[in-house]
Amino acid sequence: MSVESVYPRLEPLLPLVRKPVQYVGGEVNSVLKEWDETDVRWALLYPDAYEVGQPNQGLAILYEVLNSQPGVLAERTYSVWPDLERLMRSRGIPQFTVDGHRPVGAFDILGVSFPTELGYTNLLTALDLAGIPLFSSERTVAHPLVIAGGHAVFNPEPIADFLDAAVLGDGEEAVLQITRLVREWKAAGRPGGRDGLLASLAATGAVYVPRFYDVAYLPDGRIERVVPNRPGVPASVRKHTLLDLDAWPYPRAPVVPVAETVHERYSVEIFRGCTRGCRFCQAGMITRPVRERSITTIGKMVEGGVRATGFTEVGLLSLSSADHSEINEIASGLADCYEGTNTGLSLPSTRVDAFNVALANELSRNGRRSGLTFAPEGGSERMRAVINKMVTEEDLIRTVTTAYSSGWRQVKLYFMCGLPTETDEDVLAIADLARKVIAAGREATGRRDIRCTVSIGGFVPKPHTPFQWAAQCPPEVVDRRLRALGDALRADRAYGKSIGYRYHDGSPSLVEGLLSRGDRRVGRVILAAWRDGARFDGWSEYFSFGRWVDAAARALAGEPVDLDWYTTRERDYGEVLPWDHLDAGLDRDWLWGDWRSAVAPEGAGEVEDCRWTPCYECGVCSAMGTQIQTGPTGERLDGRRLLPVVATGR
Amino acid sequence: MSVSKAAPRGDAPQPAVQHLLVRYAKRGKMRFASHRDVARAFERGVRRAGLPVAHSAGFTPHPKISYAGGAPTGVASEAEYLSLALTSRYEADTVRERLDAALPDGIDVIAVTEDAGGLPASRLTASEWQVILPGVTPEAAAPAVEKFLALEHAPVERLTSKGMRRMDARSAVAEMSVAPAPSGAMLRMVVRHTVPAVRPDDVLTALREVSDVVPAAPPLMTRLAQGALGESGVVAP
Repeated sequence: MSVESVYPRLEPLLPLVRKPVQYVGGEVNSVLKEWDETDVRWALLYPDAYEVGQPNQGLAILYEVLNSQPGVLAERTYSVWPDLERLMRSRGIPQFTVDGHRPVGAFDILGVSFPTELGYTNLLTALDLAGIPLFSSERTVAHPLVIAGGHAVFNPEPIADFLDAAVLGDGEEAVLQITRLVREWKAAGRPGGRDGLLASLAATGAVYVPRFYDVAYLPDGRIERVVPNRPGVPASVRKHTLLDLDAWPYPRAPVVPVAETVHERYSVEIFRGCTRGCRFCQAGMITRPVRERSITTIGKMVEGGVRATGFTEVGLLSLSSADHSEINEIASGLADCYEGTNTGLSLPSTRVDAFNVALANELSRNGRRSGLTFAPEGGSERMRAVINKMVTEEDLIRTVTTAYSSGWRQVKLYFMCGLPTETDEDVLAIADLARKVIAAGREATGRRDIRCTVSIGGFVPKPHTPFQWAAQCPPEVVDRRLRALGDALRADRAYGKSIGYRYHDGSPSLVEGLLSRGDRRVGRVILAAWRDGARFDGWSEYFSFGRWVDAAARALAGEPVDLDWYTTRERDYGEVLPWDHLDAGLDRDWLWGDWRSAVAPEGAGEVEDCRWTPCYECGVCSAMGTQIQTGPTGERLDGRRLLPVVATGR
Repeated sequence: MSVSKAAPRGDAPQPAVQHLLVRYAKRGKMRFASHRDVARAFERGVRRAGLPVAHSAGFTPHPKISYAGGAPTGVASEAEYLSLALTSRYEADTVRERLDAALPDGIDVIAVTEDAGGLPASRLTASEWQVILPGVTPEAAAPAVEKFLALEHAPVERLTSKGMRRMDARSAVAEMSVAPAPSGAMLRMVVRHTVPAVRPDDVLTALREVSDVVPAAPPLMTRLAQGALGESGVVAP
């Protein structure tokens, strides 16, 4: 049975809302299939506004992978802003997809991507608007299967009650496996109903079905154990790891938004995973091992992607792009190919070294050198040793000076506040560093118009990292240190105007901390906050700390746990963590050893990168049956074969 | 290694050898695109179409595409104009076909002509608009229009990005008539381009001042033609 578009009912509302174009779809490269010619239908939800969700690389990949399958339909849906939400509720218009404006409730599967935890309340809005019961236990065969993915669901426990299933890790193969099981289940007449399908998904060992696990608690509030409550369900669920990125060259032709979005570029992931070993970094821990895409595949993807989209910027994405084994060849090859085509190349990188500056110079050969970003993360050398980001002050000043000397006028330095063992002095060291950077830059260039911006936010301990046991720094301490840093930066008039300062308050980080390391009891807090109006919690204009504090107090009343218990409390080795039954491959004892080494009284130990030193047995490759996949391949990009779109400019 | 205050390296921009005037429509769902949305779509569209658009010189070269004042967000149009400079010559029809195929459905290229005249305000002095008022009968709309046309001035206010602007809706209107439409009354009006611009919704605001004409749903507005205002109406450039 076909479903009707809600567009005729939506259209009269659009003149009444802000930026209506985000809701209309119809973008270049969007796909609209006939409903009746498909038998497995996915709605892909990004639980934030279109302008943030549309450029998301993960969903762009899954949209193409799914739509390239015969008989499979995938459409996109995004969070609607509160102005449209109010109007939709008053007219009874359900959550819709932007491709076909079909009601989300009519699809077989609602796939949700959570890059961050602050989208949890928006999931509830979308479910509610879609007419899907908020609790998994209340859904019937008439409702879509709600499946979450993305980095945040490496601990999905806070939203466990709202999800039917969660998938850890790379989604490309997982969505096809799920599609096959859903197709078989539908073709067989839906045996066993909804639980029948969930049981077949859980039996694979690769899909986590929260309601097939019972959580028992100790009297003091800690978890006693998490165990399967039915046969055929594995004790732990493992993450997916895609091997051979070259075999999955997506996205080939991503949607080109008509509305303005946060990233307007064609992005290619040049490798997945990172083994630099920064102890705070969840992405670097859960995406191991490093798997490179080859220079030739990258070249072909860029060529095809630019041609298919018309974007004027190409992003070479990864967790630390300067680390690709052939990044020099990629950067200069692409810069040669696209010279004179008004195509910009960008390379987000957090490395603090001169090589990074040389790369940035190559990519900006003909353009303006406006700003360059480095992420030392910690202000003092001691602090950087604790987080395993080994950069000496000397290195940092030399790198930044090289950048200024190469014509870059503005350097941005990223830091975190509230790291384990941090003192006021560690944060104040940032001011000292910024002054030294400006002094060295002025001396090297003879100019006074160079600038440095210090950008800093609160640290949130994340699951599956060595800091998963750490106490989160209370927001009042973070805020006090941030104020002191601001005062110190402004104190010296000789530098004051050359140094910019951006910071994020500590209180949103505390809520992020609750949602990151929470267990199933935190679901009640999320529901209470949502009922009190929480929406778009990642946006400062919508976020309310008071609302979350109130919701936590009410929802956890009578429990031995509270907001502080989940956030500012240090855990010990023996405590069962809410995500211990979810397997990212990391050896728990290795994580614990690395945590103790970070905070060792005699000084933090260093972990080197396993790409160029022997394996130190973090556990991932042996547990997951994976291996590091890096070059060099020795191939080169051929500028004549790799024709630019069109030689338009200079 | 110092590049301070250096001019961009590389060759000078290739010169424009062909100037084209493009008439395009904003239809259906794309009526909700803003001027900036449409401009971005064209900048990508020319690249997808493989058309060698000329660029300005400087550190951040911009494609040489200039846009005449676009229909407001939410308003459809059959007569939007832009001028485009290319660095090599193409058949106007080839440009039309390739550009149209490279743009989202609803941003439709209607005509491309070789025309070096650019888009000075003197070429586009007025627009013809069609406004459908859902749920309003032509019988109810006609006296309101008559009353409006009888006014000498019809001051209205609108909040713009530059603050509250006051304008005279009546003096901008050269012609206005009423006809029946399937879902209500259809107004047709010719409005002069003024500064600040009087838009069809400003005229509706003025109509509401002199009558109790209230549409059941937001009005559907479409620009039908744009050009120089002559004896016989709006003449396209």
